Amino acid sequence: MKWQRKDLTELRGLSAEEITCILDTASEFKGVGQRRLKKVPSLRGKTLINLFVEASTRTRTSFELAAVRLSADVVNITAGSSSLSKGESLKDTAKNLEALAADLIVLRHSAAGAAQFLAERLRAGVINAGDGSHEHPTQGLLDTFTIRERLGRIAGVKVGIVGDIRFSRVARSNLHALKKLGAEVIFIGPPTLVPPEFQRAGASISHRLDDVLGELDVINLLRIQHERQKAGYFPGTGEYAALFGLNAERAARLKPGALVMHPGPIHRGVELDGSVADGPQSVILDQVTNGLAVRMAILYLCASAPREQEETL
Amino acid sequence: MSGGSVNIRGGRVIDPSSGRDETGDVFVVNGKFAKQPAEGAEEVDASGLVVCPGFVDIHVHLREPGQGAKETVESGTKAAAAGGFTSVVAMPNTQPTADHPGIIAWLRNRAKACGAVNVFPTGAITVGSQGEQLAPIGAMAGAGIVAVTDDGRCVQNHEVMRRAAEYCGMFGLPIMDHCQDASLAGSEAVMHEGYWSTLLGLPGWPRMAEEIIVARNVMLSEATGTRIHCQHISSGGSVNILREARARGVAISGEVCPHHIALTDEALAGYDSNFKMNPPLREQSDIDALLGGVADGTIDILATDHAPHTVYEKEVELAAAPFGIVGLETAVGLFCEILLHRRPVIDLPRMVAMLTINPSRLIGIDRGTLSVGSPGDITLLDPNRSWIVDKETFLTKGRNTPFHGWQLRGRAVRTIVDGRTVWKLGA
Repeated sequence: MKWQRKDLTELRGLSAEEITCILDTASEFKGVGQRRLKKVPSLRGKTLINLFVEASTRTRTSFELAAVRLSADVVNITAGSSSLSKGESLKDTAKNLEALAADLIVLRHSAAGAAQFLAERLRAGVINAGDGSHEHPTQGLLDTFTIRERLGRIAGVKVGIVGDIRFSRVARSNLHALKKLGAEVIFIGPPTLVPPEFQRAGASISHRLDDVLGELDVINLLRIQHERQKAGYFPGTGEYAALFGLNAERAARLKPGALVMHPGPIHRGVELDGSVADGPQSVILDQVTNGLAVRMAILYLCASAPREQEETL
Repeated sequence: MSGGSVNIRGGRVIDPSSGRDETGDVFVVNGKFAKQPAEGAEEVDASGLVVCPGFVDIHVHLREPGQGAKETVESGTKAAAAGGFTSVVAMPNTQPTADHPGIIAWLRNRAKACGAVNVFPTGAITVGSQGEQLAPIGAMAGAGIVAVTDDGRCVQNHEVMRRAAEYCGMFGLPIMDHCQDASLAGSEAVMHEGYWSTLLGLPGWPRMAEEIIVARNVMLSEATGTRIHCQHISSGGSVNILREARARGVAISGEVCPHHIALTDEALAGYDSNFKMNPPLREQSDIDALLGGVADGTIDILATDHAPHTVYEKEVELAAAPFGIVGLETAVGLFCEILLHRRPVIDLPRMVAMLTINPSRLIGIDRGTLSVGSPGDITLLDPNRSWIVDKETFLTKGRNTPFHGWQLRGRAVRTIVDGRTVWKLGA
């Protein structure tokens, strides 16, 4: 298929073919990172702006490196340094960046829908690097890529995602990508953090990790944030770890070939024991490596997508 | 200012206050309904049209004082006239809050100077609508308010609300309440809590946030005898609570707005802030329950919650956008379309009652009727007229409507206040 989108704002609206196209393109780009000269000229002369209105080091660095390896020029703008902190609207900030002839804008923002808001208003391609609790498409894609790479398929694979599903953009993007490619997705956590409405979106739900642990081909642990505890979603990290933490004892009951994943940053000892994170089933660092390849693929595809005729000024 | 005179002939005259529904004539002489025609007055041929008391909208944000970029008394009342409304009740969440008699007097003077239709002010329940200390309700009653409300907010402290209800009883003033428990709704909610909020990653209001306050208001009204009116009911469960209470004779009532029976939460899928309102769009089951409440009289008032905002305020990330949509110029079309045409929920006389005598009785005004001697407010309605909503033709300053481009059946064609035509379709 030929990629047609200038933006990537969510995975919910993508077809299985489009997702596969991204994963296949990422496979090709993955080799670049393993060369001595880690650079291809695909986006030479293109300008990418990382607009990170919400703090992030890992994702921003990954996008930046991906762009650099494609030979694009990159500018990073973070919340504190931007005119958004002086009260400029997101629309005006983005329009100004476009006026500086940015080809791609990678947006991380605390408001769900922020990337779509920009995508509808800019000629530049807009890549969602996480919008509130909505989606984090490249994380969903890199997780899917990692599973496909390790297990050889997605269809029929049983993926358990554990933790703060309610507020997780990672869980949502994983759900959409994995379901479209035929996986089974189980959301696991306390009822306060796993709303039943996700069943209508295709997820199964379990509130007992021990009941489903042995069936999983993949277990993806989400970071548990202390602010949720303060807001009363669970009584404490100790109780959370006892019920839902992947400790060594639980890890021993995983299927032999099951993968242990985590989008990072890890709270060792809360959602995941250190020994498991560093253990043989862990593919957590593969996720980081693959993230770069997936982001190269997305930047390349969106920058190369057909554009509408530029308006006459 | 003495009123005008007009003779309206040959229309279907519907006056729910008297049960009149017949082809006939209506006369206004010097601003008041009369038995005999006015000599030398304008003659209006109303054949093919419905002649009814002027519509009364008890839920309008005119935005003045302080927010004239969104709307003014002048633009808001012109929009009301164009929508077929002859009277509007202004909400007090202005800047500053209408919580003392000076602002009430200012608004009444403003309406007298430039209002196209009648404006009836409300005052805040509490100072600054902060929910803590009672506003000077007695002084505002003296200045002419028709109700108190902290609309946009909801008094969270039940003790404060109880004392407000007790105190209002002294003046016979109803309380209008924006029913919403803040602890359940949270400060960040932007839409109905359900499947779509879950999918979109947006914090939501559960139905129970509304229903708990509706139930509270039932108890407070029952205990104090003061009429409490639940504004813009959005949740099906609220209808059940109201139905049960009204059957027991509790002085509680509810209103429904067009958007809550026209749209569901799925509309938020594109993160368009023209679908962001408070209370939020809910689900089809809620629409069905609201229509059931309209059908059996549990909900007996129709209102707009006309809430204009500037384009730049609305054109932001959904979380940052203000709540609300304009409604004055689309409400009658939507009510006719949904309640009369799409699936007949009620008949035309019932709908007219919900727009005229019922709201007038709630706030104690002598309008919403064609009775001889009453002020000559009339709406000429063509309930079958097909038209397309075009926000660029609105007289309100607001362009924040989710109904742009909708084809509707039913439109006011002439609006008459005190015997004077204040708006005419195509004029």
